[in-house]
Amino acid sequence: MKQRKNRALAALCLLVVCIHLVTVLTGSQYYLTQLTMAAYYGLVIIGLGTLMGYAGQISIGHAGFFAIGGYLSAALTTRNLASFQGDWPVRWLDALKMLKTTQDLSGDQLLTVAPWAACLCAVAAAALIALIIGIPVLKLKGHYLAMATLGFGTIIYRILLASPYFGEADGISEVPGFTLLPALGGLGPIMISGDADLRVLNYYLAWGVLIAGMVLLLNLIGARVGRALRSLHSSEDAAEACGIDTARFKLRVFVLSAVYAAIGGVLLTHFNGGIGPSEASVMKSVRYVALVAVGGMTHLWGTLLMGVGLTFLSLRGVFGTFDDAVFGMILILVMLFAPEGILSLRLKLVVQRIVQGVRS
Amino acid sequence: MSLDLFFQYLFAGITYGSIYAIVAIGFNIIYNATGIINFAQGEFVMLGGMISISLLQFMPLPYAIAGAVAITMAIGALIEILFIRWLDSPSVLRMIIITIGISILLRESALHIWGESIRSLPYFYGNEITTFSLGSVHLSPQVLWVITACAVMVCGLSVFFKGTPLGREMRACAANRTAAILCGINTRNMVTLSFMLSAGIGALAGCVMSPITYTQYDSGTSLAIKGFTVAILGGLGNSMAAVTAGILLGILEAFSVSVVPLAFQDAISITILLIILFIKPHGLFGSSEAARLKDF
Repeated sequence: MKQRKNRALAALCLLVVCIHLVTVLTGSQYYLTQLTMAAYYGLVIIGLGTLMGYAGQISIGHAGFFAIGGYLSAALTTRNLASFQGDWPVRWLDALKMLKTTQDLSGDQLLTVAPWAACLCAVAAAALIALIIGIPVLKLKGHYLAMATLGFGTIIYRILLASPYFGEADGISEVPGFTLLPALGGLGPIMISGDADLRVLNYYLAWGVLIAGMVLLLNLIGARVGRALRSLHSSEDAAEACGIDTARFKLRVFVLSAVYAAIGGVLLTHFNGGIGPSEASVMKSVRYVALVAVGGMTHLWGTLLMGVGLTFLSLRGVFGTFDDAVFGMILILVMLFAPEGILSLRLKLVVQRIVQGVRS
Repeated sequence: MSLDLFFQYLFAGITYGSIYAIVAIGFNIIYNATGIINFAQGEFVMLGGMISISLLQFMPLPYAIAGAVAITMAIGALIEILFIRWLDSPSVLRMIIITIGISILLRESALHIWGESIRSLPYFYGNEITTFSLGSVHLSPQVLWVITACAVMVCGLSVFFKGTPLGREMRACAANRTAAILCGINTRNMVTLSFMLSAGIGALAGCVMSPITYTQYDSGTSLAIKGFTVAILGGLGNSMAAVTAGILLGILEAFSVSVVPLAFQDAISITILLIILFIKPHGLFGSSEAARLKDF
């Protein structure tokens, strides 16, 4: 089991390098930009996949957590705090060396929160909100759970759309890059940004983060927690009878998946240099659910491959104006014919099922 | 708040509330027959409005509305036959995802057919500025149309379910499916019928509300969330309680405008939904014992 997992991970790393080499050889390096974005969305999808597949809880509100991460980080790193310099929260942040002073275009002083601090704040806020929301929401089941998470996502969307602080319908733009390591000697700075010079670096950074996230989840699933989660998925009552604290496990996975979504949101926002309210829309949440469903709910590798693959195609604009319609159609077809995911399909069985369906 | 303003808000609340009630009843009809929450319910309302607006170019208003209701009912039946009829006891999670997929498909088709523009039917009587006075309150005649149409629908459904053989068969199917099959009722047809019925009343509600609230390709989603809030508030499956709950939510929402900005209006009803789900998930009028026996 362990060997297989390591082999699969090694294959994925090899694939990432191979794709880079292929784009270099064919001179199509612009593909790397969308692959980088797809990797960040992949982070959201594998997190949600763990929640849906292993803990058996649906969430139609994960775009909300993605947006909380992205928007908070964007707002903290762009909104000028100079006029609040004397107030206690700003002084407190300053004492912790979490502030950054730059000049804006007209030469005025621009006092913002440093990206690393903003990232921490954003992810922590998403985790906290997930915890507070999760305690009551996860007591619900089925339709009620779906509607409650849908409602949560819609509230976040409405708040973002109505608050001037978050840029209303325009969103937030001109978000600075996220410097992980400053420039050292001959090496340039290691930072997450959409700069064309840093494209290759960002590609590897994004996939590095995604693979690290994947390793973490795979280890989680393989461990005692994972076994507890799987028992939860098949029968909550039975799991409870075996002495598993189902409520606590569900809540932990919910928070974990929210953190994954928030990290994806933060990094993608710094990479794109901006975020808009459409990232928080219900359609995005539904899309994440669709991608998890396509990959197979209890199949994290399938979720990763199908999720990143389809997101990449969508970002390339392959589906044109039918983008949302394609995802809706995928959702229906997968749930009708292959509820275990596309990769589990056995063609013969499907044909049989369709024939039976037509007969009845 | 002056008394006039109070009544003005009250009537606005009742108008919107009766529409929410109709959407909620649509949820309940399908839920009773199948145990499914049809996430595409709001799209039926949108379709009703859109189709009637298109038909109006070719025929007078009453025929356009009748045509829109008939076409939406056919779409409802088609959806059931294509996507739901042949599934053998699917899991709840699967059904949720399928109906969400259907709602996306309907919405996207509407976007490609009618575009993003906001449309509306003309006022049934007079125009935007026609009002009549009820004491000191000024109302648009369309408000009466909405309230009357909703009241007629509720009474009609009540008579249909209690008085006609077909309605009784549907209720039998809702109460106990196996027993209904043993009595010779074709339960699959009853499920198709329930989809047609809820599509039909949704479409009619979509027509009468269109002059006031306008119709856009994506106006179904927020209606569906509010309709679901009302269905839960009244207790899932209980259509008569949904009427009370709908008007209650409508009034709450109308008065909330005087306290918080309009942009947050949707957030208010969703917050109410979340609070009810957390505190009293079996609804204001439902009993917790009955709720425990149901399969969510």
